[in-house]
Amino acid sequence: MYPEDFRYTKEHEWVKLEGDTALVGITDHAQKELGDIVYVDLPKIGAQLEKGKSLGSVESVKAVSDIYAPVSGEVLGINDVLTSAPEKLNEDPHGAAWLMKVRLKDPAEIKQLLSAADYQSYIGAES
Amino acid sequence: MVDFGGWDMPVQYSSLLEEHHAVRKGVGLFDVSHMGEIEIRGPEAIQCADFLTTNSVVKLKKGQAQYSGLLYQHGGFVDDVLVHKVTDHHIFICVNASNQDKDFAHMRGLNRFEAAIELSSDKYAQLAIQGPRALETLQKLTSTKLTEIRYYWFIDGEVSGVAARIARTGYTGEDGFEIYIEPSAAARIWDEILQAGEEFGIKPCGLGARNTLRLEAKMALYGHEIHASITPLEADLAWMVKLDKGDFVGRDALARQKDQGIRRKLIGFEMRGRGIARDGYEVYVDGAPAGWVTSGSPAPTLNKNIGLCYLPVERAQIGQAIEVMVRNQPVAAETVDTPFYKRAK
Repeated sequence: MYPEDFRYTKEHEWVKLEGDTALVGITDHAQKELGDIVYVDLPKIGAQLEKGKSLGSVESVKAVSDIYAPVSGEVLGINDVLTSAPEKLNEDPHGAAWLMKVRLKDPAEIKQLLSAADYQSYIGAES
Repeated sequence: MVDFGGWDMPVQYSSLLEEHHAVRKGVGLFDVSHMGEIEIRGPEAIQCADFLTTNSVVKLKKGQAQYSGLLYQHGGFVDDVLVHKVTDHHIFICVNASNQDKDFAHMRGLNRFEAAIELSSDKYAQLAIQGPRALETLQKLTSTKLTEIRYYWFIDGEVSGVAARIARTGYTGEDGFEIYIEPSAAARIWDEILQAGEEFGIKPCGLGARNTLRLEAKMALYGHEIHASITPLEADLAWMVKLDKGDFVGRDALARQKDQGIRRKLIGFEMRGRGIARDGYEVYVDGAPAGWVTSGSPAPTLNKNIGLCYLPVERAQIGQAIEVMVRNQPVAAETVDTPFYKRAK
């Protein structure tokens, strides 16, 4: 369920490292908690992310939730599919429904994130 | 599960959208046992209820129900309620879960009639069967002829062998029933209704779908459209206030307000720009703060983002351009006629 090569935050984002860039998304646990997702608000290309700060939001029918930057860096690309089909986040949150591509400012930040096993035990304890 | 006034209740059982559509197209089942019940009994039960609420209880026939307001003397809402006339000496009132203790104390404190007021929430579980196939579903479980119950009427009958108050009322904008039964039978009857509705695609529905359904039908939610500092005239609920019926709690304040004119009014809107309005968001007119959103959500039946807001009365006209501040960004919206959704008769 939770890919071993991803790193995770307690705010339910994931990061997949690809050299000095990374893909960022929200976890399967997050999409389940939110329910039917109808709107995704993402930063513009070129925006600077600061780890732990809100970078945008994801809305389900019932509520809006902040997305927090899991790492610092520059936004290189966003997943346009989510503008027209936000429901993809319910279907494939760890794959086709990634949120954005980021150039890392400080690759060491990755080490502060949770492993798949740690994240799973964290959400197990939370729920 | 969320804590809702001390009750653990699911926001959704499966998917909010699927539950919403089930009620619009087929049938959905809600466990609304958290709702409170207050009963007034005695020779002056009718007069007592008439004095405590805004609508005319005197005009109710036996077996009839009405939506009404429970107000403070200053005209603000204590609660919005459903008043049922059981007999000439017995009034049954369904109230909001989180308000029931406050309602009960308020009513008892103002009771100067030959009537006893009792908080009897523990005696009833309440299930709501809602949607175009609600009647066919529930009819399988009762000998009470449901077609004989008109909208906003009720019958004391039975469901699956258990005494039940069966009311043709609801909070979804669809046809349907709300049944009041003894709590010990509720779990069994819940299962039987789900079985009876299977052929119509019945779904158990949570608080999430209850909210989107009632919002599309522009039904008020206490704590949002109405609360202690909002009057029925401001909330676009003047029809539930009968100023000419005689004295009632809040009458003087409302008569004065009607005389002087209200300053703000509830009105519906649709988002024109990209964004979803949510409860509490600010509303701007001509670049200046003018009001606030009381409820906002995507409307699954309409495929639009809708909401209700308070605006200065001179701005509360259909077709007014407004801006909703969505996370500090102004997003264009326009006031529209309501209800947003009305079922075909």
